[in-house]
Amino acid sequence: MTIRRRLADSVGILNGKIPLVNTRPNGPSSRRDQVVCRASERIHTPMSQLRHSLLELVRRTSTTLPDDVTRLLEAGRKQEAEGSVGAYAMNVIHENIGLAQTASQPLCQDTGAILFFVHGPVGMDQMAFRRAAEEAVVEATEKGWLRQNSVDSITGANSGTNLGPGSPTIHFEQWDRPQVDVRLMLKGGGCENVGGQYSLPDNRIGAGRDLEGVRKCVLDATLQAQGKGCGPGILGVCIGGDRGSGYAESKHQLLRKLDDTNPNPELDKLEKSLVEEANSLGIGPMGFGGRTTLLGVKLGVLNRLPASFFVSVSYMCWAYRRQGVVLDASDQSIGEWLY
Amino acid sequence: MIELSAPFTEEKIRALKVGDMVNITGRVYTGRDAVHKYLHEGGDCPVDLTDQIIYHCGPVVVKENGKWVVKAAGPTTSAREEPYQGDILRRFGVRGVIGKGGMGEKTLAALKECGAVYMHAIGGAAQVLARCVTEVKGVSMLEEFGSPEAIWEFEVVSFPVVITMDSHGGSLHKEVLAHSSEALQGIL
Repeated sequence: MTIRRRLADSVGILNGKIPLVNTRPNGPSSRRDQVVCRASERIHTPMSQLRHSLLELVRRTSTTLPDDVTRLLEAGRKQEAEGSVGAYAMNVIHENIGLAQTASQPLCQDTGAILFFVHGPVGMDQMAFRRAAEEAVVEATEKGWLRQNSVDSITGANSGTNLGPGSPTIHFEQWDRPQVDVRLMLKGGGCENVGGQYSLPDNRIGAGRDLEGVRKCVLDATLQAQGKGCGPGILGVCIGGDRGSGYAESKHQLLRKLDDTNPNPELDKLEKSLVEEANSLGIGPMGFGGRTTLLGVKLGVLNRLPASFFVSVSYMCWAYRRQGVVLDASDQSIGEWLY
Repeated sequence: MIELSAPFTEEKIRALKVGDMVNITGRVYTGRDAVHKYLHEGGDCPVDLTDQIIYHCGPVVVKENGKWVVKAAGPTTSAREEPYQGDILRRFGVRGVIGKGGMGEKTLAALKECGAVYMHAIGGAAQVLARCVTEVKGVSMLEEFGSPEAIWEFEVVSFPVVITMDSHGGSLHKEVLAHSSEALQGIL
């Protein structure tokens, strides 16, 4: 099988079309969902409850790391040499995670770009959802769970509310299920700044148009990000697509759980070997030197034009703030936490 | 662990070496992109930075019962201030810079020349670091630059940092980059 064929095979498997986690609601609520969300009906959203649910989603995302992340951070902490600067950094990170959760305060002061990923049934009122999300964002900003983080790119004026063109960003997608699935990622500027996009072939790093070239891009991105993105980091990567869709898919990959398996066995193997190789570089926590450089690499694939071969890399810092909920279709309360 | 307390004299700062883990007690002034650009372009500094420490930080600060309270205060990436930092160190007699990710050759040269250090705080550790801020002494440029970009005056106690660039030309960032680049060449 040629590389090209193998890449083509993985398209569609990882294209965000499969559930990233099991989102089926439990028992009794699913019957109710069926009734409320018939395809031709509009969902009449009780506004204050939806806002309340989204506010709680923002609070928890900003203050509490998901278990899949804390488990790997803890494993990394134990790997660093005792007394080293790397171990010191991991200990401070460990302490910070506990403090933020207990005090219900932001893990990191850069509460980042506010990125919602929403799946909902036909008939869902997206405008009402956007209004509720915006109200939740304003309230979360007033409460200090979000920093005033939305700046006019021309005048430099801070809106003070986190609202403005592009903020918050909401990706809507319909699906054939009755429930609404909302995921939120808060992605800080430090890690966003060290993402990168490669156009293959890339002579600087000797990367050709195949998986070996992709490997070189990922390792180079890891080297370039050192110190600036707060390591240990997680890389969301898209192979293919155009410049826009490639970056979008690389972020979508960061919605996957760290301990999941890539459905494409070849990519799964590459994801795991890339983490090992990156950790052999000695960059370590915060770029201080050490063993834990990356916690994970997630590879997604999109089709490309014959003339283009992009590899888009989004770096996520250790303060990997992403959470998700399934909303109860009857009243938009939080039915289930996803991470 | 080394305890470093105000006043931050040249003698105390010159004694610090790359790899030292230091707890800072005293005053620090936040300043990031907007402040650095403004000062570099000749703007007047509303506070006296002589023998002081600049902290690359855009904190979350809210007013509670009429008082400023720091909710989160970790470092931001310092590399963005590389075009300005050396000039600001020289012009204002700054003794230390706290940030993350390290800085480049221009700043390293200025640190050596001025007797100043670069202190690395743990990125993302906003709660650990916010708890070291015992009082907000004041704020400048809040209207002009907005809260994250304003100059906040923090009184800190035992604020934990690692010296990653010293006043003798040493840089942990250069060392790690050299070693990791070599390691990468070995596996490509």
